[in-house]
Amino acid sequence: MKITGAEIIIESLRREGVEFMFGYPGGVVIPIFHHIHTAPFRFILSRHEQGAVHAADGYARASGKVGVVIATSGPGATNLITGIATANMDSVPLVVITGQVSRSMIGNDAFQEVDVTGITRPISKHNYLVQDVRDLARIIKEAFHIASTGRPGPVVIDVPVDVSNAEHKFSYPESVNLRGYRPVYDGHPVQIKKACRLIEAAKKPVVYAGGGVVISNAHRQLRDFIRKTGIPITTTLLGMGIYPETDPLALEMLGMHGTYYANYAVHHSDLLIAIGARFDDRVTGNIATFVPNARVIHIDIDPASVSKNVMVDVPIVGDCGRVLAEMNKIVKAPKIEEWVSELTELKRKHPLSYEDPGRGRIKPQYVVEEIYRQTRGEAVICTEVGQNQMWAAQFYKYTEPRTFISSGGFGTMGYGFPASIGAQLARPDKRVIDIAGDGSIQMNIQELIVAVQHRLPIIVAILNNGFLGMVRQWQQLFFNKRYSHTCINFSPDFKALAEAYGAAGFRVKKMEEVPEVLKKALAITDRPIIIDFHVSREENVYPMVPSGKSIKETIMRELA
Amino acid sequence: MAANGRNENGSIHQYIISVKVENRFGVLARVAGLFSARGYNIDSLAVSATEDDGISVMTIVVKGDDRVIEQVKKQLNKLIDVIKVTDHTESATVQQETVLVKLNAIPKNRAEIYQLCEFFSADIAGISPKTITLSAKGDPDKLDNFIELIKPYGIRELMRTGRISMLKE
Ligand SMILES: Cc1ncc(C[n+]2csc(CCOP(=O)(O)OP(=O)(O)O)c2C)c(N)n1
Repeated sequence: MKITGAEIIIESLRREGVEFMFGYPGGVVIPIFHHIHTAPFRFILSRHEQGAVHAADGYARASGKVGVVIATSGPGATNLITGIATANMDSVPLVVITGQVSRSMIGNDAFQEVDVTGITRPISKHNYLVQDVRDLARIIKEAFHIASTGRPGPVVIDVPVDVSNAEHKFSYPESVNLRGYRPVYDGHPVQIKKACRLIEAAKKPVVYAGGGVVISNAHRQLRDFIRKTGIPITTTLLGMGIYPETDPLALEMLGMHGTYYANYAVHHSDLLIAIGARFDDRVTGNIATFVPNARVIHIDIDPASVSKNVMVDVPIVGDCGRVLAEMNKIVKAPKIEEWVSELTELKRKHPLSYEDPGRGRIKPQYVVEEIYRQTRGEAVICTEVGQNQMWAAQFYKYTEPRTFISSGGFGTMGYGFPASIGAQLARPDKRVIDIAGDGSIQMNIQELIVAVQHRLPIIVAILNNGFLGMVRQWQQLFFNKRYSHTCINFSPDFKALAEAYGAAGFRVKKMEEVPEVLKKALAITDRPIIIDFHVSREENVYPMVPSGKSIKETIMRELA
Repeated sequence: MAANGRNENGSIHQYIISVKVENRFGVLARVAGLFSARGYNIDSLAVSATEDDGISVMTIVVKGDDRVIEQVKKQLNKLIDVIKVTDHTESATVQQETVLVKLNAIPKNRAEIYQLCEFFSADIAGISPKTITLSAKGDPDKLDNFIELIKPYGIRELMRTGRISMLKE
């Protein structure tokens, strides 16, 4: 029996076990939507395509599954671009389906035509323009495979409307045959032995682990490795949660706004063990002064990430989990008591801190701490971008992977709220909280109605400082306090706005009201909640290693 | 041990990179995109059929920073449609290229031009009252020489195909 391309798409998604599809309709995808109507998965209608793609991304990060998005041609497709690039930078598996004008019209400046494969080529892991309905099932199979294996990423499938309408016999391939795509999973045994030898001889080793460990679900192997070796561990922003930050060996986050002890440890280490991390410039600061005395071991599935920014002594290309499992079989603990006690002392001496007057104007860091306390560290925290993101990283202690969801590589404002919709759908058992800035939240505020519609009890905690705070901080520190266009105290009444959408809204102006309001918010379970925290306006994020500087130039706190 | 753990900038060299790819639309754009995104100009690019219908080979000649080219090679390898990347820069290879060149050829120069052609095994591909068009093929260095020697006769138009390169072994 022949079925249409549109039906082939739905049937293929069913075979892939898709639970949710996010998206927005339009002319050339009506044939597909015609069958989405009766599809065996839930469809979540966003209010802007960017919201849909970030929601799919949040779903993917929270669940470890592939996020699926659909949009129409032209403006529908271009509205996805920021979201695709965001997912690409943070290696998030997405399958993105876009409609396209019919094949005979392509290249004619047809209505709502845009070269989607051309635009998405540099921001996707792979993309397809489907030219024949007979290829459709194979392409979808390949897309899921490519998106979710190796170093994951978004795969775009551009489907001309006449392909959706064409008919063909359906058969879903059992396997894929891609001779140019064979990710390497097992680390080379010789390299693994070499690494273990370096580890055993090290005096000042540090593990620097990133999002790759989350992606490969390797936190157990990683924890075993730390238990066996006793080596202190710092994580990147995207690696938070893979090792409990409450553990004595945890140095928490490193980098521009990392802890002093994490950056100190990395700088003074004689062996840096990088696992599923890619030496981003927000981590290394000035590359010339990064790890001056260390040998470097780098475990990563992506050969192109190895020796890209930092020359590596022992590269191990492979899946973090598998490589660590092999290492755990043979590695012996180094003698590093002195090093560990030096770092423990530093942790005690230079904890993350802020000036806490105890009452009055709300400290944004305090809000994050209170969220941590009241959720007992068990929530899924999403963030926007800016100071809110850094405070969420610093003052909430993450103990499980996939509980911190944030746009790291791309730094996309407006990511956090739609991502929290995807995360809440993936984790109905968890409280999902978006820690937001008053700037970022306005970038995708339209998605609020989606959370209301689906009765998702997401809490949006706006750390409202009336500024585009992170940019203002740079202007204060490096541009002579000229706050050019970063003051946004001309904002909507967020409480009223929440209520207009049918969400719950709170406004909090005093420190002493924070616990009570949070408690009230946490008691609401049938709709989203916006809490507008009016926080101290010119609070800065510290410590800070200024861009391109070495950690010796760390600014620890406000200079008087 | 990594010098200060950092990755120094390399120096600029010419590279010859051979890329085996799936014979599909869009592949050329992907490959070229990796160079153009870094502001690199490809000196020459030849896309050729191979013994396998499904596979084409691209021979790319490009100048660039060693470190950047290393990165580009890794990125090329990551492309789903790329089957194999081989660096021919330092290897023993057989290389071939063709040049077409149109000269201003007043009758009294023709004898000398014919002599040069014979020496370089170039063909006379076309003749008109005022011009003569030659075609030469062979090793790119030999073609450089050839072009150098015929320059004095007045080149009106010249084009080279870009080299194809095959490892000797
Ligand atoms: C889409 C986008 N535009 C601009 C920026 C640059 N940017 C980074 S942080 C920031 C300020 C964010 O302000 P807000 O959301 O209020 O958060 P705060 O820093 O005050 O916590 C800006 C504009 C960005 N990261 N993303």
